[in-house]
Amino acid sequence: MTTETMTLNASIDASTGADGEHGDSTALSIFGFWLYILSDLVLFATLFATYVVLGRNYAGGPTGKELFDLPYVLGETMLLLVSSATYGLAVLAMHRQRRDRVLAWLFVTLLLGAAFVFMEISEFRHLILDGHGPGRSAFLSAFFTLVGTHGAHVSAGLIWIAVMMGQLVTKGLTPPVQCRLMQLSIFWHFLDIVWVGVFTIVYLMGVM
Amino acid sequence: MFGKLSLSAVPYHDLIVMGAVAGSILLGVVILGLVTYFRLWKPLWTEWLTSVDHKKIGIMYIVLALVMMLRGISDAIMMRAQQAMAAGMSHGYLPPDHFNQIFSAHGTIMIIFVAMPFIVGLMNIVIPLQIGARDVAFPYLNAVSFWLTAAGAALVMVSLGVGEFSTAGWSGYAPLTEKQFSPGTGVDYWMWAFQISGAGSLLTSINFLVTIIKMRAPGMTLMRMPIFVWSALCTAVLMVLSFPVLTAALGMLTMDRYLGMHFFSNTLGGNMMLYANLFWIWGHPEVYIVILPAFGIYSEVVATFSGKPLFGYTSMVYATAAIMVLSFSVWVHHFFTMGASANVNIFFGISTMIIAVPTGVKIFNWLFTMYRGRIRFATPMYWTAAFIATFAVGGMAGILLAAPASDYVLHNSLFLIAHFHNMLIPGALFSYLAGFTYWFPKAMGFKLNEKWGRRAFFGWLVGFYLSFIPLYILGIMGMPRRMAHYDNLAWHPFLIVAAVGAAVITLGVASQLIQLLVSIKERRAARDLTGDPWGGRTLEWAIASPPPVYNFAQLPSVHEIDAFADMKEKGTAYQRPERYTDIHMPKNTGAGFINGVLAFAFGFAMVWYIWWLAILSALGMIVIMIVRAGDDHRHYTVTAAEVARIETQRYQQLAAARGAA
Repeated sequence: MTTETMTLNASIDASTGADGEHGDSTALSIFGFWLYILSDLVLFATLFATYVVLGRNYAGGPTGKELFDLPYVLGETMLLLVSSATYGLAVLAMHRQRRDRVLAWLFVTLLLGAAFVFMEISEFRHLILDGHGPGRSAFLSAFFTLVGTHGAHVSAGLIWIAVMMGQLVTKGLTPPVQCRLMQLSIFWHFLDIVWVGVFTIVYLMGVM
Repeated sequence: MFGKLSLSAVPYHDLIVMGAVAGSILLGVVILGLVTYFRLWKPLWTEWLTSVDHKKIGIMYIVLALVMMLRGISDAIMMRAQQAMAAGMSHGYLPPDHFNQIFSAHGTIMIIFVAMPFIVGLMNIVIPLQIGARDVAFPYLNAVSFWLTAAGAALVMVSLGVGEFSTAGWSGYAPLTEKQFSPGTGVDYWMWAFQISGAGSLLTSINFLVTIIKMRAPGMTLMRMPIFVWSALCTAVLMVLSFPVLTAALGMLTMDRYLGMHFFSNTLGGNMMLYANLFWIWGHPEVYIVILPAFGIYSEVVATFSGKPLFGYTSMVYATAAIMVLSFSVWVHHFFTMGASANVNIFFGISTMIIAVPTGVKIFNWLFTMYRGRIRFATPMYWTAAFIATFAVGGMAGILLAAPASDYVLHNSLFLIAHFHNMLIPGALFSYLAGFTYWFPKAMGFKLNEKWGRRAFFGWLVGFYLSFIPLYILGIMGMPRRMAHYDNLAWHPFLIVAAVGAAVITLGVASQLIQLLVSIKERRAARDLTGDPWGGRTLEWAIASPPPVYNFAQLPSVHEIDAFADMKEKGTAYQRPERYTDIHMPKNTGAGFINGVLAFAFGFAMVWYIWWLAILSALGMIVIMIVRAGDDHRHYTVTAAEVARIETQRYQQLAAARGAA
């Protein structure tokens, strides 16, 4: 633990008015958020397992090999990976108490995330217009649901980033805001890791 | 404008349904009338509906469970009556479609809207008190959880009068639940009620995990936690790991039904057994979610009423944890007949049988706790003693079902119905009723009437045996479950006995209601002034009944497993601190309640395809979340002077009670 985070924790203790008996409310929130992430991971695990079970049930329809455009997906992947890095820079700026930099990095993250969601939607749109919608086969049902659930999470993350930018402007880097930024950080990196799974299991293994 | 909803959705022609609807509406009107007559709207809103106090939320959970239990038991009586009549030439009084709705609703209600809210309610009231905390980790989230559960229950109730309920059983097996085979709204009601209350349960589990792990009183190490806290911790782990699987499975079913996907359909590559697997990957842990805390309650009761510490505390903890882990490795035993290979089946058969080992450890621990104890036969102890014997019978039936070879014969027969009722009624329900009686004085400030409590117990016990032992025999005679009518007249006498059993259980339930009324009437005489009416051993008994809003004026220090028994022994119980300090408590908020209303609106809109309402209510929930996230002033202060005033009153009361005794 760096000295910055230690002073951060100390300042949170002082200003949330926690009586010290219940421990630090930030610690509770962060721990609770990790548990939420755990449950979300189980949700994704279920969708992955389903995809693995149904992923070759093409029902005479197109296969992953025919549908997936790997360079395009690599582009999506890069957007999301870089957005994770920029979020990390936002957190570093937060530790240095540089609000404007936090805002700037959050904005960059927001743009990258939005670009990712846009690319995913246009991929989906393409597939559906070509008649390869989720109702075509169990493979496509599992594909759209797994990838779409991830996309919905990213979209929720985008709303959250926007809300946090609003809070930063109106409240500044108060301890509760910092706590929420840390939770959002966990969430954002988590989505990145899930995407690595999606990229590997759905796209790479799909074209093999 | 209203999607598929029109006036024809109300089943006017069905007299039985309309009678039930009229009864429910009448009861609702009477309650609302009483609230208005006694001018209780304001206190109802400010002190209950907006409350984030874990004790009040717990009480609301239990009220919900009791109300839904009446509905679930009515369903049970109707099924027993139908099967007692519908033999041979007679077709009974229920059309098959209605009968199917009833058994689907009965299972859904009893598991999701009785067992879950009952145990979560008890956990809410007791856990923070037992660990010496002032509330749960996230009080507002706790209120949201409750109101989501209530929203799900309301959906099930509304399905009675508007549209229909699912006819596909509480487990909703595909492909019967697919649009092709169940085009009506019944499955949608079932699905959204499950989904919404499941979200509430997930949030509850996160809340209790954080509470138990992070908020224990100083000195309360993990191995000094009361057994009920241990069992709640294990249950919370099960919930956090299993509920997302249910969410995903129901989500996929939603995709199938609403967007024409093919997860569980018969065509285009869907796999219906995938649903059965996913459902039971949640469903089997769910059994332990409702039963592990029940074991915890029995452990508390048996130690208190035997007047000695629980025998084998450590082994009890490990047995609970072992069951927690094993419960994830047995789900296939719900469908051995799926056609998996013998090796797969035997793996799940053996892991099922292994669960009998830690469960046996628990049984012996309870027996040895009673051995040479000074047993006081108060009502909770009646439930406990009956549970130990009855549960052992059900466990042995379970071992029979765990062997794939015999399961092939008994699968989906009434033997199975008898078995799991034999586990869940004595295992879960008896314990909830024991815990209800045991902790009632703590939550409400007065004891329940013993005489009516014992009558309720005997009604349930005798009724249980009369109802379910015949079902074991019928199962071996080959009678399948869920039959609205049968031609084999040899089954008839047993089903009549079972119906008589249901009637006796009804007497037990009636006694329970009378017990409540009599106890409320005699509450002054039965007041619990000491806060320790049973000679309790754990921290909840160290404070007043009902506890002040902050629970503990000063957080207790723990040195032993049974912290309060230890304090009483050393003479350090009831010591007043030298001075009191300010206490920060969470403010009440209506946001949780509004969230529940919106969740209900969302579920209802999805069932009836009223898309604008679905979008609006979903947006509403998001807006509440964002607004709430921006509010950093969620606490108020109880001043030291106020604490001192409340505590002085408490100590005067205590001194008076002791003087009288």
